[in-house]
Amino acid sequence: MNSEKIIETTKLTKAFGSFKAVNEITFDVKKGEIFGFLGANGAGKSTAMKMLTGLLSPTSGEATVAGFDVFTQQEKIKKNIGYMSQKFSLYDDLSLLENIKFFGGIYGLSKEQLNERGTAMIERLGLSDVSHKLLKEVPLGWKQKIAFSVATLHQPKIVFLDEPTGGVDPITRRQFWEMIYEAADNGTTVFVTTHYMDEAEYCNRISMMVDGRIAGYGSPKELKADFKSDNMDEVFVKIARGENYKIQ
Amino acid sequence: MAVIKVNNLSKNYGEVEALKGIAFEVEQNEIFGLIGPDGAGKSTLIRILNSLILADKGEVSVMGKDPNKQYQYIRNNIGYMPGRFSLYEDLSVKENLEFFATIFGTTIKKSYNLIKDIYQQIEPFNDRKAGALSGGMKQKLALCAALIHYPKVLFLDEPTTGVDPVSRKEFWQIIKGLHQHNITIVVSTPYMDEADLCDRVALMNEGEILRIDTPKNVANSFDKPLYALEAKEGNYKLIKTLRAYPFLESVFPFGEKLHYTDQRDLDVTQALIEHLEAEGFNDINISKIASNTEDVFIRLMNNQKQ
Amino acid sequence: MFDRLKGIIKKEFYHIFRDQRTLLILFGIPIVQIVLFGFAISNEIKNVKIAILDQSKDEHSTQIIDKVLSTSYFDLDSYLNSFEEIDDAFQKGRIKAALVFPPKFSETLQKESKADVQIISDATDPNTGTQIGNYLQMQVQQYLMEHEVTATSTLPPMLINTEVEMRYNPELKSVYMFVPGLITIILMLVCTMMTSIAITREKETGTMEVLLASPMHASIILLGKVIPYLLLSFVNASLIIALGKFIFEVPVMGSYALLIGEIILYCLVVLALGIFVSTIAETQQLALMISLFALFLPTMLLSGFIFPIENMPLPLQIVSKIVPATYFNIIIKSIMLKGATLSFILKETLILAGIFFFLMGVSIKRFKIRLE
Repeated sequence: MNSEKIIETTKLTKAFGSFKAVNEITFDVKKGEIFGFLGANGAGKSTAMKMLTGLLSPTSGEATVAGFDVFTQQEKIKKNIGYMSQKFSLYDDLSLLENIKFFGGIYGLSKEQLNERGTAMIERLGLSDVSHKLLKEVPLGWKQKIAFSVATLHQPKIVFLDEPTGGVDPITRRQFWEMIYEAADNGTTVFVTTHYMDEAEYCNRISMMVDGRIAGYGSPKELKADFKSDNMDEVFVKIARGENYKIQ
Repeated sequence: MAVIKVNNLSKNYGEVEALKGIAFEVEQNEIFGLIGPDGAGKSTLIRILNSLILADKGEVSVMGKDPNKQYQYIRNNIGYMPGRFSLYEDLSVKENLEFFATIFGTTIKKSYNLIKDIYQQIEPFNDRKAGALSGGMKQKLALCAALIHYPKVLFLDEPTTGVDPVSRKEFWQIIKGLHQHNITIVVSTPYMDEADLCDRVALMNEGEILRIDTPKNVANSFDKPLYALEAKEGNYKLIKTLRAYPFLESVFPFGEKLHYTDQRDLDVTQALIEHLEAEGFNDINISKIASNTEDVFIRLMNNQKQ
Repeated sequence: MFDRLKGIIKKEFYHIFRDQRTLLILFGIPIVQIVLFGFAISNEIKNVKIAILDQSKDEHSTQIIDKVLSTSYFDLDSYLNSFEEIDDAFQKGRIKAALVFPPKFSETLQKESKADVQIISDATDPNTGTQIGNYLQMQVQQYLMEHEVTATSTLPPMLINTEVEMRYNPELKSVYMFVPGLITIILMLVCTMMTSIAITREKETGTMEVLLASPMHASIILLGKVIPYLLLSFVNASLIIALGKFIFEVPVMGSYALLIGEIILYCLVVLALGIFVSTIAETQQLALMISLFALFLPTMLLSGFIFPIENMPLPLQIVSKIVPATYFNIIIKSIMLKGATLSFILKETLILAGIFFFLMGVSIKRFKIRLE
């Protein structure tokens, strides 16, 4: 990890009428970092992420992603990022190979690149035997690994993961995190949004959103120390409900 | 007396074996947790117990009745909260509750004593449409609906999935509070850390029960010394190096640290430090730690696969 | 038991009244259809050229001719002297219709209390052709009614048989058929589609799972779903009949009680069909597809609403025999346009009742009290 900033925002805001879904958030993500973007449902996470991925124009503030401006260079941003979510990532009724070709094609990979990287990816995952199987016949744990590989096939500078590991078994989950570690080690920045707090502990640094603002920002270790908590769950509870909040 | 008895229970969906001959008992007034990932068979099991699905094989008894034949009795005496939010989103909080009260032939008033603690938290939003409630509020409303007829047994299928940590904590407080009303509770969850909140748990994976015990006994059943490791160079390099270490038994990322077991039974802290220093790691931090449910689960899963 | 049913019905009404799309389908479609349909038709008839072949030239025939020509609908092209001239006038395009009185028209009418009038209409444009025929027919009927009022009441009611002949397209049906036909279609749409969607929606959102896990009997769940739509369908049917009557003067010749009874019967049949669809379909989308393509289209095309059944190829005629709308079409047309009593439509009524019990039986049997 180096100190080059790959995402940088200053007072980034998105308002829907008088409601500020994202309210002046300022943070940065460094190259090769695994950055956790946390918050409860409705805290503004997905709105913020849509702005960073070029799907939504901000109302005010500044932000650059991979060196491109989120106001004016949205198309360039899209070319330099990958995206994977648990809800939607791949087509169930296409085979593994067809999915790779389709998504690689979207990101403008040439035929040669597709063949080369696709084959390499399938071999690395040990899936040569099942590459012609429809995706719906593949177990959930595998799907997530495949989805992640597909999202990084075009070698994006940043990959956005939207709640990637909910519901999978503890072993598959750890295998998945090892893949993320590996990608980060190769210089890809990983931006994870989640409301699973234990997932947060795998990140290098995290930000925690509450009501459209960033209420906590730092490494899990720092945050746990700051909030005198044993785990991120407690940190979240203290941040979300004020430090003195106790459950009756 | 056991309220739920299950023996040799199997259920297939086509080729998929959702439940592979499981057996367990749930005691009166117990909070019994089904802990496991998606696809473990938790929902199938709950639906068999509450008579919504028929088992292929095995004996099932709920409150002494057979869900296959005496489903009317069972349906009259259980509360069920499915994994998905299953109330009417276009009806208000109050309308939803009134509706469920009517179909169970009761009223909110009659059940008020039981649901009061929960209902009071959502009562300020009585006229709000259920669809406009936050995740935590929805869960509370669904729980009220499931309790409206004073059930003897309550089935909660992943009530805390997708809910933020604050609401999760509150929800478990509520579940604990139901104890005093003499309700037996079967609750499923994919969160390993929630095991500690149950009286007894069954760890489930791929249609099998890996272990049934109290959460404490489960966590303590780890049969190897467990070490937590970290180093300045980061987890990824540490994992790669440890995988090449001849004495390694297992290593997993566990939040910020790695959890490690060694083939040797003696204390290997010093040996590890020396090895890692020789490999060029700095700021190495190794400590022997107590295992938790998730460590045990991973270990049992590995045994299951072998 | 009754409370539970009431609870479900109340809840169902909340759903209906809170979903604007449902309301739009329920009430928007019938109103729009009838108004569009109605005005598209009623605007066409004006100053239509007709020819008259009056072989009696007596009191009643002359008065009828005066009445017909006094309206703005028809203009006289010419009086004719023979049937051959009618063909000639049609072929030269001079006229759109011809009115023919047989010899001794008044005499026959006085003596036998009935007589024949022949109306010949150019049906190359079928809709206009039928309409002209109907308008002429109406003029003759009206004359008779006015005349009856002034006649001494000791005589039995007089009857003029108007025989409308559709030249060049003889099987064409009356446009007035569209109001009864519309009731058939709309009820089908509302009852079948809406109930099947209402039930599958609960399957999709998971609320059905909670209902099933409750001690409520399946028949209560179904009944609770059906009753609101039965009521709404009835409102709908009344609305269409009222619109037809007051805006477009489509008559209801028969008994209202019978009409209401038959409408309720048909509603029950199509509601049962909706429940049946919901036992097959697991999703709203599939329920919609089945309702539209497997039920709505055949009803529209094969029930005799648009195309006469007699002209269909045999396989389609057979299919039309199992479409409930076919029978209801006959029933409602008979009641509304011909003033038929129950004895005339007993066969069709019994068939509908049979279909209802069959569908309901199958549906209750198929409706699952469990999840699989």
